[in-house]
Amino acid sequence: MTTRIDTKFASLKAEGRPALVTYFMGGDPDYATSLAIMKALPGAGSDVIELGMAFSDPMADGPAIQLAGQRALKAGQSLVRTLDLARDFRKEDDTTPIVLMGYYNPIYIYGVERFLVDAKAAGVDGLIVVDLPPEMDDELCIPAMAAGLNFIRLATPTTDAKRLPAVLHNTSGFVYYVSMNGITGSAIADTTKIEAAVRRIKQHTDLPICVGFGVKTAEHARVIGQYADGVVVGTAIVNQIALSLDAENRATADTVQSVATMVRGLATGVRAARLAAAE
Amino acid sequence: MKTTGMQQPGVYDVDQPTQPNSYRTGPDEQGMFGIYGGRFVAETLMPLILELEAEWEKAKSDPAFKAELENLNTHYTGRPSPLYFAERLTEHLGGAKVYFKRDELNHTGSHKINNCLGQILLAKRMGKTRIIAETGAGQHGVASATVAARFGFPCEVYMGATDVERQAPNVFRMKLLGAKVNPVTAGHGTLKDAMNEALRDWVTNVDDTYYLIGTAAGPHPYPEMVREFQSVIGRETREQMLATEGRLPDMLVAAVGGGSNAIGLFHPFLDDPTVRMVGVEAGGKGLDGEEHCASLTSGSPGVLHGNRTYLLQDGDGQIKEGHSISAGLDYPGIGPEHSWLKDSGRVEYVPILDTEALEAFQLLTRIEGIIPALEPSHALAEVIKRAPKMGKDQIIVMNLCGRGDKDIFTVGKILGVEL
Repeated sequence: MTTRIDTKFASLKAEGRPALVTYFMGGDPDYATSLAIMKALPGAGSDVIELGMAFSDPMADGPAIQLAGQRALKAGQSLVRTLDLARDFRKEDDTTPIVLMGYYNPIYIYGVERFLVDAKAAGVDGLIVVDLPPEMDDELCIPAMAAGLNFIRLATPTTDAKRLPAVLHNTSGFVYYVSMNGITGSAIADTTKIEAAVRRIKQHTDLPICVGFGVKTAEHARVIGQYADGVVVGTAIVNQIALSLDAENRATADTVQSVATMVRGLATGVRAARLAAAE
Repeated sequence: MKTTGMQQPGVYDVDQPTQPNSYRTGPDEQGMFGIYGGRFVAETLMPLILELEAEWEKAKSDPAFKAELENLNTHYTGRPSPLYFAERLTEHLGGAKVYFKRDELNHTGSHKINNCLGQILLAKRMGKTRIIAETGAGQHGVASATVAARFGFPCEVYMGATDVERQAPNVFRMKLLGAKVNPVTAGHGTLKDAMNEALRDWVTNVDDTYYLIGTAAGPHPYPEMVREFQSVIGRETREQMLATEGRLPDMLVAAVGGGSNAIGLFHPFLDDPTVRMVGVEAGGKGLDGEEHCASLTSGSPGVLHGNRTYLLQDGDGQIKEGHSISAGLDYPGIGPEHSWLKDSGRVEYVPILDTEALEAFQLLTRIEGIIPALEPSHALAEVIKRAPKMGKDQIIVMNLCGRGDKDIFTVGKILGVEL
């Protein structure tokens, strides 16, 4: 099985640069704005889109993404509507990979089998479900692989050598390396430690390794992109959206543009990564 | 439905041969009680939970661990707690004899200390240097702060901002004990939000921090571990009842929020088919609306806070906030073993309204001279309904799991008394 994710990473490898993976919360601050943001991402330089699925109790997320989820839910977002976003996006873009990211309960309530069919049909390529470790693979990971979707696992600084094979087993698409022990939006960890961890994981897998949590600037993207196959930026984008809203949390004329501007800046970071490494 | 190593029992009925061999064998090696329980946590926490499980397995069979815990239970907590025959209440209700298991007399005023002592000993064994806890009513927060003080650990307690306000005496108690209380403003500012925030702390401080969960819920091995520490309630009750009445009780009644005091009382009796069991949920302002916490009566299975269990949630899997007059029952979930016991039919779960709990609170105060916490006041309201319908030769044991000193401000406010 080859997904859009596999195709994208293969072409970036040929191009000799890391991927820019961008996260935003589906439905934040409203459906139409969120779709406009999503459509603007590839043109601004995003290679892979992580589409956040809103959940009332995001235990692994910091305040920025918690608030984004609350804004989205308040505006009527649901898992059904998040799949609508993917479907609407796919009408104009059939190559940019879409990875859904969130928590298990909305999927469990939607019904795993029906969810996988609908997600595939909507043009989704992969899933990141924070609260499903390898021990719970029967729940969603294995059915997802059977349905032709990548199940992207998080590896963390606590994933030691003994545990790493279990984490990599059944992982496909790419490996998401969480740069620190903590929640989304915290300060970036020591980048030399991140590099050592990425190199360690690379000894165990041929899958691309993307690094996220704490990546906020083009400079972060450039430095981490020297050894990682991709960098993930989430909270910085979600914060940019929040900053652009009016006092009632409604989108303004500036919302989509300001996100696109930020992503263009991050894109220069990943594009400079290997040039710098080559020097 | 996934099959597990555990038997899936049929509907519980003494006349039917469909019962499992035992209701006391769970969880299985994956931490499942039937389809409930499990380990639904972020990867960062997984190695920690496995380490905790390994240490717990070792401690369970270590006589030194058992001896240290028993010594603390006796000399620090004041166990065994009495089994008290409530003579005047029994007379008043005119039916079954009512006994109270008086865990409200424990040091710190509730059953929560039973679990905290067990877990702090584990934290010590694991070489952890910092304790975090979540709390609703503040009873678990106080018990956590107490054992942290006793064993010299720094302690931070996460507590919903709403609860900080309605349980002010316990907040002050925690501070006196040297704990830092972190108010959580997300959501409705209640127990669910406090637990989210405690999990965020834990994932950030995995190296040195022990998360002292207060109820028989969360990822495996917490539900089993907390149950084992709380089962001292049921084991003592069994011995005391046999000594006093020469037989087992006909019915056990306990309040369920997360469900730790109830599972502690019930578990040692689960394989005694003549003992009926009733768990009492917070019916809040009624099950017709949204303002209740009756997750077993009107919720559905879902995944939250590390386990699959009955939850109050909407059609999109978003968790509802719930409501209860009692901060300790104000949680939209329930320990996974209770979910399994509900489905199996072994335990009956019923809701009690805020108003019924409040009446029971006042009745017990006047008739027995015991001020109960609002949590066991829910159990008491169910006893008040059931005892008159039972014969005078029958026996009910209710877990009086907490004292009401902390609630006098809440009750005073509702009764229109300025304190």
